[in-house]
Amino acid sequence: MPLKIGAGDVGHIHDHAREGYPEEVAGALIGMNVDGMKIVVDVWRAENTHEEERSRRFLIEPLKIKEFEERAEERDMDVLGFYHTHPDHPAEPSEYDREHAWPGYSYVIASVGSDNVEDMRSWTLKSDRSGYDEEPIVG
Amino acid sequence: MPKVKIPTPLRQYTGGDKEVEVGGATAGEALGNLATEHPDLKQHLYTGDGKLRSFVNVYKGDEDIRYLDGPDTEVGDGDELSIIPSIAGGRC
Repeated sequence: MPLKIGAGDVGHIHDHAREGYPEEVAGALIGMNVDGMKIVVDVWRAENTHEEERSRRFLIEPLKIKEFEERAEERDMDVLGFYHTHPDHPAEPSEYDREHAWPGYSYVIASVGSDNVEDMRSWTLKSDRSGYDEEPIVG
Repeated sequence: MPKVKIPTPLRQYTGGDKEVEVGGATAGEALGNLATEHPDLKQHLYTGDGKLRSFVNVYKGDEDIRYLDGPDTEVGDGDELSIIPSIAGGRC
């Protein structure tokens, strides 16, 4: 299912990615499903609370997820998924990403270097957890 | 019977239900019964050796059951369990 992210929200993700470099940053994609398309209408930053190695690991705490779910519901929206960055690494999910992924969410990964975001792609976990399907990002 | 709140990504396995009533006197029993009633949920909640996945968090009310009695945490009529994801990942 395509994931529609407008230029403004892409800009927010890129800004967050550059500000956080060389650490990984993450946040939530908020929006709705309309006619077979996931439409992102807002992106909310989250703190990367992984205790160590934040250049290659991120963690969003469950109470933050609960808060995101509740804030989205108040606005008749859903948490469609999450974005995170791979500093100096391709925008492809790692084995570690797969082990920790949930079905149904979109996982947007931005590959960020010291100066710029090089690439951004979106993935969903296969229902049998064996791997990912890529979903197109449309503007 | 206790109620279990289902997070968005898992509602596809509960027929879209946000909340499910299941039998069980403990949190562990209630989750086990939930997985039995909705078998497609199981692989997303438990590892191959039957342990709750590390990024699956279960709260009784506002308390993480890890800080109560874990799976042995008692639950009764009207108690609410919530399955809450933590989101983790990284490049390698």
